[in-house]
Amino acid sequence: MNVAWILVAILVVVIVATFVLYNALVRRRNEVDNAWSQIDVQLKRRLDLIPNLVETVKGYAAHERVALEAVIAARSNAMAAGGTPHEQAAADNQLSGALRQLFALAEAYPDLKANQGFVSLQEELANTESRIAYARQFYSDAVLAYNTAIQAVPGVVVARLFGFAPREYFEAEEAARDVPRVQF
Amino acid sequence: MNDLIAANKRRTLFLMVGFVVVVLLVGWAVGAVVGNGATGTSVAAVIAAVMAFTSYWKSDAIALRVSRAVPASEEEYRRLHNLVEGLCIAGGLPKPRVYVIHDPAPNAFATGRNPKHAALAFTTGLLEQMNRVELEGVVAHELSHIKNYDILVSTLAVTLVGTVAIVTDIAIRTMWWNGGRVHRSGDHADRNNPLAFVGLALLILAPLVAKAMQAAVSRRRETLADVSAVRLTRYPPGLISALEKLQADSTVTHSASMATAHMWIEQPMAGVGDAGHLGAWHKLFNTHPPLGERIALLREI
Repeated sequence: MNVAWILVAILVVVIVATFVLYNALVRRRNEVDNAWSQIDVQLKRRLDLIPNLVETVKGYAAHERVALEAVIAARSNAMAAGGTPHEQAAADNQLSGALRQLFALAEAYPDLKANQGFVSLQEELANTESRIAYARQFYSDAVLAYNTAIQAVPGVVVARLFGFAPREYFEAEEAARDVPRVQF
Repeated sequence: MNDLIAANKRRTLFLMVGFVVVVLLVGWAVGAVVGNGATGTSVAAVIAAVMAFTSYWKSDAIALRVSRAVPASEEEYRRLHNLVEGLCIAGGLPKPRVYVIHDPAPNAFATGRNPKHAALAFTTGLLEQMNRVELEGVVAHELSHIKNYDILVSTLAVTLVGTVAIVTDIAIRTMWWNGGRVHRSGDHADRNNPLAFVGLALLILAPLVAKAMQAAVSRRRETLADVSAVRLTRYPPGLISALEKLQADSTVTHSASMATAHMWIEQPMAGVGDAGHLGAWHKLFNTHPPLGERIALLREI
C-alpha cells in the first residue's frame, strides 16, 4: 500500500515536471520565432525605403546606372531570399554593400547631398540598419537561450521526447553589427 | 538572464513581506508607546495598504513629477529616441516613455512597474556631455533596470521607507501631544510598562533599518544593471567611459530628492559616493556602489 502511494507520488511529480519543462521550452521557442519576425519587420522597412531612394538619386545622378542597378538587383534578391538565417544574411549583406557604394558615389553630387528628401532617406536608412543589427542581436540571444535550454539537463529529456530542434544562429552577426557604425 | 529576472521577482516578494513586517512592527511600537497596540497596528496597516496601492499604480508619475521631468519631443531629441528604440529591439522590450529633466548635472533614471508601464528620464546635462556610445551605455543600463524589474523593487523600497517615515513621524508627534511622556499621564497601570521603551527604541531604529534595506537592495541592482547593459550593447567601453565621465563630474543633481536617490544611475547627493574607499557606516547607507568599483567590475568583462 505504502509503496503504491510512493509510486503514485513519484509519477505525479514526473508528470508535473514534464509539463513545466515543456511549457518553458515552448515559451523559449516562441521567443525565437518572435525575435525572427522582429528582424523581418526591420528588413521590410528597409526594402520599402529603397524605391524612393533610387528615384531620388536618379533625378540627380541618372548616369550612375551600375550602382543604381546593383541596389535594385540586391533589393529583389533580398525580397526573394528564403527562410534560413544564413540565406537571409547573405542577401542582406549584399544589399548593405550596394547601398554603401551608392552613398559613396553620392558624395560627388553636391546638389543631391543638399536634397532634403535624400538627407532624410539617408538618415532613415542608417537608422534602419542599426535596428536590423539590434533585432539580430535579440534573435541571437533568444536562440542562445533556447538552444541552451534544449541541450542542458533536464530540458534535453523533454526536448528529445517532443522533438525540439536547435535553431540556427545568425552567422553574419559580427559583420552586420559593424554596418550601423559606418556613417553613409 | 531569465533566472535573474525570476530571482528578482522572488526578491520583490521577500521585500514586500519584510515591508509588511516592519510596518506592522512599527505600528505595534507606536501603539505600545501611546498605550494601545491594536490601534497602532491597524493604523499602520491601513497606511501601508494605501501607500502600496498608490505606489504600484502611480509611482512613475510621482517620481517624474518630483524630478520635474518633461516628455522628450521626438523632433528635438531624435538621437535619444533612436537609441532607446534600437536598444528596446535588442532587448525585446516595448519602448518606454522618454523624459528629459532640465538639470546640468549628468544623471538618469528609470521608473514604472513593469516593461509595459515604464519611463526613462535623462538630464539635459547627460545628453550634452555623453557621446553616442556612452549614451548608448547609459540607456542600456536604464533599460536593464526595466527588464530586470528593478523599477518595481525600487518602487516598493520607496514605499517602505516612506511609510516607516510617516508612521514614526506620527508616533513622535503623538508623544509631543502627550507632553513628552511615553505613556498617558494618569495611566498608573502602564507606568512601568517595559514594552513602551522597546517600542521607543524600535521607533528610533526603524527609519535607519528601512534606509539600510533600501540601500542594500539598490546596490545589488546597480551592479546587475551594469552587467546586463553591457550584454545589451556588447560594448563595455561605452558604459565604462560614461561612468568615468560621471565620476569626473561633481555637480549635484538638484532634481533628485533623498527619496528618489536610489533610482538614478549615479548617486545624486553630494558628500557621498565617488571616493574610492568608504567607511562601513557610509557603505551601509549608500544606494550605489562606488563608481570606481563599478568601473573595475566592467573592465573585467
